[in-house]
Amino acid sequence: MDVIIENLPQYWDGFLRTLFLSGISGIIALIFGTVLAAARVSPVAALRGFSMTYVEIVRNTPLTIAFFFAAVVLPRLGVTFQQFEVAAIIALSAYTSAFIAEAVRSGVNSVPVGQAEAARSVGMKFSQVLSLIILPQALRTVIPPLINILIALVKNSSVAGAFFVLELFGTGRQLANANGDAVLWVLVGVAFFYLLITVPLGYFANVVERKVAIAR
Amino acid sequence: MSSVLYDVPGPKARRVSLIGSAIGIIAIAGLLVWAITILAQQGIFDAKRWEVFQIPDVWVLIGNGIVATLSAAAVAAVIAFPLGLLLCLMRISAVGWIRIPTRIMLEFLRGMPVVLMMFFVLLVFATGSFVAVVAGLVLYNSAIFAEIIRAGIQSLPKGQREAGLAVGLTSFQSRRNIELPQAIRRMLPSLVAQLVVLLKDTSLGYIVSYEELLRKVQIMADFLGPQYLFPVFFVAAVIYIAIDFSVSRLAIWLERRGSKKAAGGVVHVPVAGIPVAK
Repeated sequence: MDVIIENLPQYWDGFLRTLFLSGISGIIALIFGTVLAAARVSPVAALRGFSMTYVEIVRNTPLTIAFFFAAVVLPRLGVTFQQFEVAAIIALSAYTSAFIAEAVRSGVNSVPVGQAEAARSVGMKFSQVLSLIILPQALRTVIPPLINILIALVKNSSVAGAFFVLELFGTGRQLANANGDAVLWVLVGVAFFYLLITVPLGYFANVVERKVAIAR
Repeated sequence: MSSVLYDVPGPKARRVSLIGSAIGIIAIAGLLVWAITILAQQGIFDAKRWEVFQIPDVWVLIGNGIVATLSAAAVAAVIAFPLGLLLCLMRISAVGWIRIPTRIMLEFLRGMPVVLMMFFVLLVFATGSFVAVVAGLVLYNSAIFAEIIRAGIQSLPKGQREAGLAVGLTSFQSRRNIELPQAIRRMLPSLVAQLVVLLKDTSLGYIVSYEELLRKVQIMADFLGPQYLFPVFFVAAVIYIAIDFSVSRLAIWLERRGSKKAAGGVVHVPVAGIPVAK
């Protein structure tokens, strides 16, 4: 127990870095994922094909492979990063955006057909139909699954700890090496800080889910 | 090709979309050419870089890596599913002192990164890396399986359980003979999708030094020399993605078949609290 209190500053640094990685990657993934979903339903065949291929490949790639590529293989090919955080953010946001794209697309499909038909019948073009009518409703219904994806993102950011980033998991590894006699408590501390993020988010998802369910 | 989102394209729109597609394809092709030129400058395409694959031992190592990956996934799946079933029954039990601790435990397991659990088992119980990988996967995935099956049971009409109890079955008999068979059938696509996640997560074994495919890549690159990292990594990544891809195709096939066979169809919507993504 003492080992947690003694190393609280390190835990706090790791906690903040986990939040930072997840926050930045989450924002990038939300934007890129929505663009991918829009491309998936667009009238331009090349965009549809690109989006489909990207989502299919990335969803079936283990995250560790993505990290290994960004942090170990890319530098060998001459693409070096000043900080490994950049590699981690690239891997995390590229990976998460595929899942966000799928969720948003399922939201687009859940909007009643009449909405799009009404929008088209008053003369809106595709970009207007999508941005003014469909997406606002679609994003609303997919908020709970999106939060679940973001929870998964927070947990996935732990992989960065194995690739030279000192976030929560990386800090835990370091502390576990330094305090061989108190490994149990070191890791309990790490677990506590993860739960501090994921449990409230999960609770929030449930609340939103209930609200949306009533509104629909 | 028609969609409710846009009008059937006329000649002008078709032309615009064709030009757009052409520009898009040219842009992507340009990007690819650029990437390939950079790779070529690094000498990636030199035949001697790829000659490593003529060494039989390289293939033996890759084969061992695949076997290690698949066996960890298989053992974990075989243990996690019955355990998930048990946890699900405990989670919906009428007895408070079983239900509430189970609920807390499931919340705890679901909020935790899998790699942390693997690491925990590895260090605290001082097990081998295989046990650590399997234990981490089992702990996490049995919690997810429990939630998926619970969602399946809750999606059944109330009358199913009531009818079971009305003809004199005990609570457990009703769960086992009436509700679970339907629930599992309904949730089959989600269960198989979770299996894909489990399979993908075996790659986390890399972090706890379990010698699965990715770790073998690292070992080969260390042994043969860094110039072979890219070829070996490339082949391993393709193999990994191909395995995961075929299992997710299986999930899609089950979903199509299931929607014809399962009473009331399969449940598509991701249920609250169950991560659709890992």
